[in-house]
Amino acid sequence: MENRDSYLKSERAQEWREKLRKSKNNKERTLQERVKMPEADPQLRIQSYVEVNSGLSAEQAQKEASRCIDCPNPTCITGCPVEINIPKFIKRIEEGEFLEAAKVLKETSSLPAVCGRVCPQEKQCEANCFYTQKLKKEPVAIGYLERFAADYERESGKISVPEIQEKNGIKVACIGSGPAGLTFAGEMAKKGYDVTVFEALHEIGGVLKYGIPEFRLPNEIVDVEIEGLKKMGVKFETNFIVGKTAPIEDLKEEGFKAFFAGSGAGLPRFMNIPGENYIGILSSNEYLTRINLMHAADKNTDTPVVSGKNVVVVGGGNTAMDSVRTAKRLGADRAIIVYRRSMEEMPARVEEIEHAKEEGVEFMTLSNPIEYFANEKGQVNKVKIQKMELGEPDASGRRRPVPVEGAEEIIDVDTVVVAVGVSPNPIVPDSLPELEVTSWGTIKVEEDTLQSSIPEMYAGGDIVRGGATVILAMGDGRKAAQSMDVYLKNK
Amino acid sequence: MFKIVDKEFFSENVVRLSIEAPRIAKARRAGHFVIVKIGEKGERFPLTIAGADREKGTITLVVQKVGVSSRKLAALEVGEYITDLVGPLGQATHIENKGTILACGGGVGVAPLLPIVEAYKKAGNRVITVIAARSKDLIILEDQIKQFSDELIVMTDDGSYGKKGLVTEGMEEAIAREKIDEAMIIGPAVMMKFAALTTKKYNIPTLASLNTIMVDGTGMCGACRITVGGKTKFVCVDGPEFDAHQVDFDEMLLRLNGYKDLEKKADSDYLKSSEEKGR
Repeated sequence: MENRDSYLKSERAQEWREKLRKSKNNKERTLQERVKMPEADPQLRIQSYVEVNSGLSAEQAQKEASRCIDCPNPTCITGCPVEINIPKFIKRIEEGEFLEAAKVLKETSSLPAVCGRVCPQEKQCEANCFYTQKLKKEPVAIGYLERFAADYERESGKISVPEIQEKNGIKVACIGSGPAGLTFAGEMAKKGYDVTVFEALHEIGGVLKYGIPEFRLPNEIVDVEIEGLKKMGVKFETNFIVGKTAPIEDLKEEGFKAFFAGSGAGLPRFMNIPGENYIGILSSNEYLTRINLMHAADKNTDTPVVSGKNVVVVGGGNTAMDSVRTAKRLGADRAIIVYRRSMEEMPARVEEIEHAKEEGVEFMTLSNPIEYFANEKGQVNKVKIQKMELGEPDASGRRRPVPVEGAEEIIDVDTVVVAVGVSPNPIVPDSLPELEVTSWGTIKVEEDTLQSSIPEMYAGGDIVRGGATVILAMGDGRKAAQSMDVYLKNK
Repeated sequence: MFKIVDKEFFSENVVRLSIEAPRIAKARRAGHFVIVKIGEKGERFPLTIAGADREKGTITLVVQKVGVSSRKLAALEVGEYITDLVGPLGQATHIENKGTILACGGGVGVAPLLPIVEAYKKAGNRVITVIAARSKDLIILEDQIKQFSDELIVMTDDGSYGKKGLVTEGMEEAIAREKIDEAMIIGPAVMMKFAALTTKKYNIPTLASLNTIMVDGTGMCGACRITVGGKTKFVCVDGPEFDAHQVDFDEMLLRLNGYKDLEKKADSDYLKSSEEKGR
């Protein structure tokens, strides 16, 4: 902690930063309005998978960067799971040194273009910004600026490869290529390790590819980040399920000294209500995988997808928003979020909810499906919805939804997407009987080190957390790399 | 990429492929399946492994042409490659000496049945196998199955080979004759439904190996879900083998048709375009 503080202080004391701070007074900085993210027109964008947020121009970015007053005690950093030196990269943008700004991001984040798009900044860095905390004003748009710097670097073609320590020849394996795994791989490669990432699917990227739609995170952006890792010497093996394709023992024999499990949240949860296995009812994982990973909407691919006219999406998280907005793009006349609590409790990012509304998504809150009906072919055609009200707060602190006696409604549907959460993927734990897991099926780890009950096995992301965010998974990947490095050096 | 090293047509529509996949060949057990994808734009689909040669590092798949993807796979020649292949997936068959096993295979279901019959035989069981198909040319792997069976009953719907009748009639014959300790059934869903009803009459514990629609095959999508004993199960991670008397085959039959119209359309488009290419 002290190290970090003194590092931040010395960075802040550098001449260029001092000069920049003096170039404008704080009053002038704080009087500026927060920049608005340019967006694709809602009516046009629902006819394609074009990215909704179009990104800031250089001018907009520099102006927004000048709102940051370069606080002596940058509280924003405490909100960042990977501790990006936020004021430093923002000030680099303000002075127009965009490539330098990107380098700052890469000091601690291996996927800045991804984080700039999908991180819940409003709950993290931006929630801890001086503007939010003290001025009660809209925070500096840290997320937009992060995205700007990362995109600028990518589009410039001058992508910097992080400095890599001398190769130590020690082989380590990473299980899963989602945000936790990619971050782990990047950090270990920087430390000189020989890293191989094993991915079960045919594509690298995990949830960034199969889960998050292209209108929020284009696949090509993920691919550029993966290319960067390859340049750093990280090896990738697709179609490889550790524990199935080869047992861990075989990999040890092949020289792997330690493992990081970032295998993610696998099993989709269903509600176990009558009729839930009718045709046309599918998990958000299936729906999004068909579209995002298998490109089922493209007529030239072999994977089919159902695309109903009346689509109900059950749930209120980001995955539910991704699904309902995908339904719109697949041509739904009605795309409805059915959520058992009220708008206020909805866990999805505010931005996603706003975008969904702009795109014509309907919100049916305080509503919970209790039964499905089907035609003679088993194709779902109706859903019975129980109206709810909010009662006493539950364990999560949110008010518990309770049914309103007798208040039911039946609506016509032809597609239902169930987005009520996922359980951890059981494949890695199942193949290692000596690995300790919780009653939820998540891998048990030491909180400080992310080391599991098997000393050479570390774990992070959703396989440990159950269901969290990209950035928390990345934070875990980084932490696990640090502690695995210490473990291997002391061995 | 996974190279095809051997290929043999059992009939016009059924082909056996040997594929280089050394890790899978080593790790697989009877009952496991793989997910296959042909080409960049291909779909992912499951196939139960029909055999493996650890020394050569190959696995055997038997595929029947029923739609676009199976046609694409069957069209691959020796020396060509399967783009993506992952496995072995699912839970392996629990093999032990149970006494007398009645193994029943319908159509191409005989292919995944073969390694299971072999494993049961090697574990010391007496194995009576019933294989069935519509007609003589659709009976596959007869000699190989015979090798590991104490007795083999062949049934054809039209009586063109073996005995005339359905698989269930062959099963009844064996059940009437001797005590069966366990049955294993693999084949089209409708065949498994009736085979399961047959053994249920006699209270014979029965396993069915199911082949449902899957996308990832690793527990992620839930497309393969079925109802077993009133509970939702995932064929990919909980199966593919389940207590046949608990499986809701009617629901499974409906779910298998979930994409039927789209699949039919895609298949006729594919056949049309390959015909045009052939001209």
